[in-house]
Amino acid sequence: MELTNDYIRQRLEEKFGVDVSGFEQPYGLLTFETPKENNLKVMQFLFDDAELRFQFLTDLTAVHYPDQPGRELAVVYHLHNLVDNVRIRFKVFTAIEQPDVFTATSLYASANWMERETYDFFGVNFVGHPNLKRILNVDEMDYFPMRKEFPLEDQTRIDKDDEMFGRGGHIF
Amino acid sequence: MPRPVRFNVHPREADIHNNIAIAEMPAGLQGEGYFATSLERVVGLARKNSIWPLPFATSCCGIEFMATMGSHYDLSRFGSERMGFTPRQCDLIMVMGTIAKKMAPILRQVYLQMAEPRWVLAVGACASSGGIFDTYSVLQGIDQVIPVDVYVPGCPPRPEAILDGVLRIQELVHNESLRRRHSEHYKALLNSYGIE
Repeated sequence: MELTNDYIRQRLEEKFGVDVSGFEQPYGLLTFETPKENNLKVMQFLFDDAELRFQFLTDLTAVHYPDQPGRELAVVYHLHNLVDNVRIRFKVFTAIEQPDVFTATSLYASANWMERETYDFFGVNFVGHPNLKRILNVDEMDYFPMRKEFPLEDQTRIDKDDEMFGRGGHIF
Repeated sequence: MPRPVRFNVHPREADIHNNIAIAEMPAGLQGEGYFATSLERVVGLARKNSIWPLPFATSCCGIEFMATMGSHYDLSRFGSERMGFTPRQCDLIMVMGTIAKKMAPILRQVYLQMAEPRWVLAVGACASSGGIFDTYSVLQGIDQVIPVDVYVPGCPPRPEAILDGVLRIQELVHNESLRRRHSEHYKALLNSYGIE
């Protein structure tokens, strides 16, 4: 039987009830969210189930939504069923004051470096991660550069004139 | 039909009599059988025309540097024939390309491994100021970690510009006082970078 998005959704709702919500299918990719306490249970179910078999973690990252109080940070998981070639995506939201999310390293070894990267750029604290330290940025960095409160460019500098970079000024 | 091959059977005699650049004689006293000048000028002259550059190329400016070293632009004409790929034997470090903050300690280490006297050439916008990469991961100019003698602007600079930068380094080398590297001023400069 073909593994359709509707079937995956039905199985998830049978198992977790109201704890899985916000289903949508942008560009055909099944997307939903779950409370952050629940992320490992959902992943374990998707991993172990004989039909679902989402045993490959393609990607793990975070998104910062500063205008959503209490759920500023979204951690996004992309899972892949290699047998049926089906992909799904789910998100957990956490408050930025206490960004604790359970680590997925015990289930997917590839989560190790991706969680370190997510910590590096967004400051998500993956509880239980074996080696949660910066991976790409310098160790001395004291902030999480992908959070929205840190502008990409230094706004106070005057030695880099916009005109030299083709921004602002005149367009001929 | 084979392609006709033209042999250069009538080569033109090279006119080398007025075409060879000879280093100008330093100022001094001369007469029959002797010439006297200061040691500083002789050392400057010798150093100027035998700089060993160390290329530290990380990105596109390094490609321009390859053209500079190639036969068309030929940096070797200026006495910089030998690239040294060890900092310990080199006089001039040419930093070409974006230096990420993670790269900064490595660049600094390479600079520290060079023996005095040493000169630094920052080639291109990124090495000089961070260039277009005004962002959290890129060093905003290598002069934040090591002192720089000459900056070459451009993104990337043309080989002519890199040559011009090397010639300006040569001017500095030529005119540098032998006492400069022992002066308080120079020590203060290095100390401002945390270098003893």
